[in-house]
Parts: sequence; structure tokens; C-alpha cells
Amino acid sequence: MSFEKFTILKSGTINVPIENIDTDQIIPARFLKTTSREGFGKNLFYDWRYDSQGKMIRSSELNENKGEKILVAGRNFGCGSSREHAAWAIYDYGFRAVISSFFADIFKNNALNNGLLPVQVSDNFLDRIFKNIGSDIIINLPERSVTIYSTGETEHFQINSYKQNCLINGFDDIEYLISCRHETENFENNRKK
Amino acid sequence: MKRTIFDKIWDAHVIKGITEGPSVLYIDRHYIHEVTSPQAFTGLEKRGLEVFRPNQTFATCDHNVPTINQHLPISDQSSRLPVEKLAENTKKHRITYFPLGDKRNGVVHIIGPELGLTTCGMTIVCGDSHTSTHGAFGNIAFGVGTSEVEMVLATQTLLQTKPRQMLIKVDGELGKGVCAKDIILYIISNLGTSAGTGYFLEFAGSTIASLSMEERMTICNMSIEMGAKGGLIAPDQITFNYLKDRDYSPKGEAWEESVKYWETLKSDVGAIYDAVYQFSAEEINPMITYGTNPGMGISVTGSIADNLKDNPSSMKALEYMGFAPGEKLIGKRIDYVFLGSCTNGRIEDFRAFASIVKGRRKHPGVIAWLVPGSKQVECQLEEEGIGDVLRKAGFEIRQPGCSACLAMNDDKIPSGKYCVSTSNRNFEGRQGPGARTLLAGPIVAAAAAINGVITDPRELSYEF
Ligand code: SF4
Repeated sequence: MSFEKFTILKSGTINVPIENIDTDQIIPARFLKTTSREGFGKNLFYDWRYDSQGKMIRSSELNENKGEKILVAGRNFGCGSSREHAAWAIYDYGFRAVISSFFADIFKNNALNNGLLPVQVSDNFLDRIFKNIGSDIIINLPERSVTIYSTGETEHFQINSYKQNCLINGFDDIEYLISCRHETENFENNRKK
Repeated sequence: MKRTIFDKIWDAHVIKGITEGPSVLYIDRHYIHEVTSPQAFTGLEKRGLEVFRPNQTFATCDHNVPTINQHLPISDQSSRLPVEKLAENTKKHRITYFPLGDKRNGVVHIIGPELGLTTCGMTIVCGDSHTSTHGAFGNIAFGVGTSEVEMVLATQTLLQTKPRQMLIKVDGELGKGVCAKDIILYIISNLGTSAGTGYFLEFAGSTIASLSMEERMTICNMSIEMGAKGGLIAPDQITFNYLKDRDYSPKGEAWEESVKYWETLKSDVGAIYDAVYQFSAEEINPMITYGTNPGMGISVTGSIADNLKDNPSSMKALEYMGFAPGEKLIGKRIDYVFLGSCTNGRIEDFRAFASIVKGRRKHPGVIAWLVPGSKQVECQLEEEGIGDVLRKAGFEIRQPGCSACLAMNDDKIPSGKYCVSTSNRNFEGRQGPGARTLLAGPIVAAAAAINGVITDPRELSYEF
């Protein structure tokens, strides 16, 4: 799986100020049946974007994406199922980063493994983003900073430096793990003794 | 250095560490199912790689399967394709697969322990968040995404950062009608659905130690609903008794050797945790959830908190469920009951359910789906005569699968309907678009199925 390199991103946002958004909301189970990684974006947040007749819900902000690349959501984003399809769907829809004040573990990993940057900010900063609707956001991965463009407010976020490098260079873990195969074999042999 | 059981298992599996980064962790056991594996195999093939250790991965199909007429081809094509793909991939890569109808088939987290593929002191992963179930035997078991499934297929390793550790102690004696599901729903309702994020849990205390393996699995299964990476319980004689003579358990001398090692798997006295919580069993009542995350639970006789009206996310959940702050759930009419899933689809769950319905009749207004978690459970139901008890009470038993736990196969709860469900997630739409899920244990579910309304099972006299 290759993905775009991530360095600095300036973009408008789509805001979903709801807490505990689980992966069943992000991509309902009935859309997980295809065996490829592509095309999940059209079903992203399906039950929030379409009514039971399949008609688009006009008031859903999610239906008005004009090329925004940053999704901003309430606390504890991505809890629930381990489905990587959630990260694929968000990426496929056009997002390159998700900002929240808290992420579920598996989602965070899945996102990072697919070039989607989870940016964890303070509750306060998240609130500031929600209050400044319409402002662009700048995410600077090498500097680990996030800025509300209209007000200049900036906060730093944390990311494992290994993962930061992977994202900046578009690497994934598997190549590295394969390069360790010899050590893995040694480990196995030592255990047998 | 005093170490926790988690530390001991972790240290025994680290191949090497990256400076300022994660560790390369060896994975002993890998389970796969049809939903999260196809893209991993495709990825593997695109890179021109073989499966590194095919005999450490085991496959089953469970999410997409129908729970009636399993002898026929799966009629819904979109469900049939991923199952066929799994058969194809496992054959090509020489991985053991338990297909539909096989006597070892069932929900992945039920069959692993049942077959003795899950033992103690292992690292276990699966592209499925409820892999935490296997922690009940004293394992580091956790759910992974599809990219990681691919990594394990390719290298039998993963890059992992060591999580923080949390000890959850439950002491005391459980009251009448209170089961393992109530314990975990109670803990989550107290600590919240994100309290465990970044942590690995260890459950301990006299209450936990007195539980059977199946009850321990119910508890570890739902660790993920607290956001935790996983949850484990140190193995003991109850664990060893459960594992002895299972299909894949070590035998003879290897068994003796293994037990000797497994007995060392407990936290040292004085080992340090990053967080500790204590609960007393006496305070736990039969539980039920009223909202759209597993932390929104109350005692079955309790009321929904009044102050939820100040929180928009909670109000959105209540609106979806058709409930109001301050309301009681007891006496509310329900439409469906689901007994099953990797949380409560084991034989003891069916025994508990049957103990309540015995000599009574299912309420005519309730549609009940009783779905054994595996083929073995299905057989055992008949051997023990539980099948007869349930049928006499007007219930029908379906065939094994994930069923109504998630809306991926034919078993969906219609929009707006209330379902008392023994599964693990009450998210919006989890059981079908618009479906309203009330999570509970098998005893509360049985009482609801008999009365057609939410009932305190302690008011029905029964032998428990
Ligand atoms: S029973 Fe439910 S939670 Fe368990 S593996 Fe199946 S879908 Fe997942």
C-alpha cells in the first residue's frame, strides 16, 4: 500500500462536533463486503448523509465537501471495530488528516498505516476550531504543529518519531519488518531451545 | 524489577526495539476471517510475498454467514464472495480453514479457545477488535487492522509500542442474577468508553478468580469497549482445566512443560501499574444499556441520568433510542432478543438463558434469535437437552455465526425496533440501520424474552 507523502497541509475543514464517533458510523458493516481497498469513500458516514430511502440529506455538512482535506471531530474518534475500512473510507473521500481531542488506538494505527494523519489536540483547541467555522487549518507534520489560519492560534501535537518519518516519506511498516526476517528466524530458533 | 504478567509476556516476545520508536513483536497465533483479510492477501500478492508461517494462522468465516440453511450456498452474493475469497486465499497459502458446516467452524473468538488454539502466555492477533477475548487465558491478544494482518502474514511480527497498564480489581461475591456481562457493563458505565485508550488491562481480584473461563472471556471480550488495547486475566487451575485435552492443546509431556511455564504467568507482588481501579461485586446489579455506546449502561431497575440533557452527544443518542433523561427502562416493550456473539454465544450463556425460560413461554410479541457461537456449542445444546428446553418454551435455535451482532448478514433488526442483545455494541445502526440496541447479559435477555418488556430477572423465580 503506498500513499502520498505528508508534510504541510493547508485546507478547509469539515466539522462533525460529535463525541465517540465509532467506526460503525464511519462506515457501516454492510458496506464492508468488497474485497478491495478502493471505493469506500462514497459510503463514508452513509447513514448520516443519506436517509432510509437513500436520498441525500441536505442538512448534512458531510455532503457539502468542496475539497476539504481535514475532518474535525469530537472526542474519542474512531472507537469500536478494528475495520481499517474506516481509514480507507476517510482517505478515499479526500481527507488527509483528522483532528480530534482523542483517538481510539486501533483507528489511530490504521490511519497512520494508510497515510491519514490523526492530529490529537487539546479539548480547548478543538473547541477553538469548532468556533472558527470556515477558517483554513494548517498542519505542519515536520514541526508537529497545527494552526487555525484566521486567528493564528497554534498548538503542537505528538506523534511517534518513527511514524512521523514514515508519513513524511510515504513508507509503510512492512518493508521494515521484512528486513528483520533474519532476526525473526533467530528468535524462533532460540525459543525452541 | 517487579513485573506484571503483561510485562512478562511482552518481554518474551520482543525481537528488537527501534530507538524512540516501537518494538518488533513476535506473534504466536493469528486468526483471520473473511471481512478483514482479503485486502491483506491482495497486498501480499502485489508485493510478491508468501505467507511466512502458514501453520500459525487459522481461518474461519463468521461475519457474513447466514444462520439458517447453512448447507445451501450463501444466497446473498455480496456475502458469498468474501467467504469464497477466504477459501481461495487459505488454500493457496496453505492456511488451515474451518469452512461453513465444518464441525470446528464458528465465530473466530469462540473457536480459538474451544479448539485449544488459544492457550496461555501467547501473543495473539486478529483483524478484529474483540481479539481481546483471548486475554482471558493470560495472553497479549489484540485487534489489528488489515495492513497489520498483511504484516503478520508476511513476517509473523508487528511493530508495537508498549501500552500503559491498568489494573482493574473486582472483589466480593456476586448477587443473585448477576453475571459476567453485568460486571463488564458496570465497569464500562463507571469508567467510560475511552478510559482504557492507550492501556492494556489486567482484571484481577477474588470475583474474577472465581469466574469460569467462559465468564472471563465475556469480560476480556469487552475490554475494547473501554477503548483498551486488550485485557487479560492471569491463568490458574481453572484455565488449565479448561484447556486440557482440547484439539490443539499440547499433549503429554508438552502439556506438563507448558503448565509449568504458564504457572509463572502472574504479576509480581508490588508490580507497578499506570492506573488502578477497584470495584466491589456486591454493588453490581443486572445491567442494561440505554444509549448508543456501551458506556451508557444502568442497573436494569435504574433510571437514565437526568443531567444528560446538558450534553448534545448524549441527547443525540437518546433521541436515536427514543428515550428521555430521567426515564426508567423497566417495563418498556421490546421487539427482539438476540442471544449470541463472541461475548455471550457460549454454552454457559445458553444454560443461563435456558434456566430462566424453562417451564415458561416466549412472549408472542418478541422475535428471538438464539445463535450458538460455534458448531461445537450447537452440538452441545442438543447433547445437554438445552435445545429441547428452549424449543418447548417457543424458541428456535439458529446456526452459528456473528448473526445480529452486526448488520452484515441476513439477521438485521428493523429500523426503530428495540432489541435486547447479548452482543457487545449498541452503536447507531450496528444491528441494522435505525435499530435500537439494548445490551445486556443472557439472564436479562431471557427475562425480556419471556415478559416482552424489560424485566428485572430477580423478580422471576428461577434456579440459578
Ligand atoms: S460476534 Fe460480533 S463482535 Fe464478535 S466477531 Fe462477530 S461481529 Fe465481531
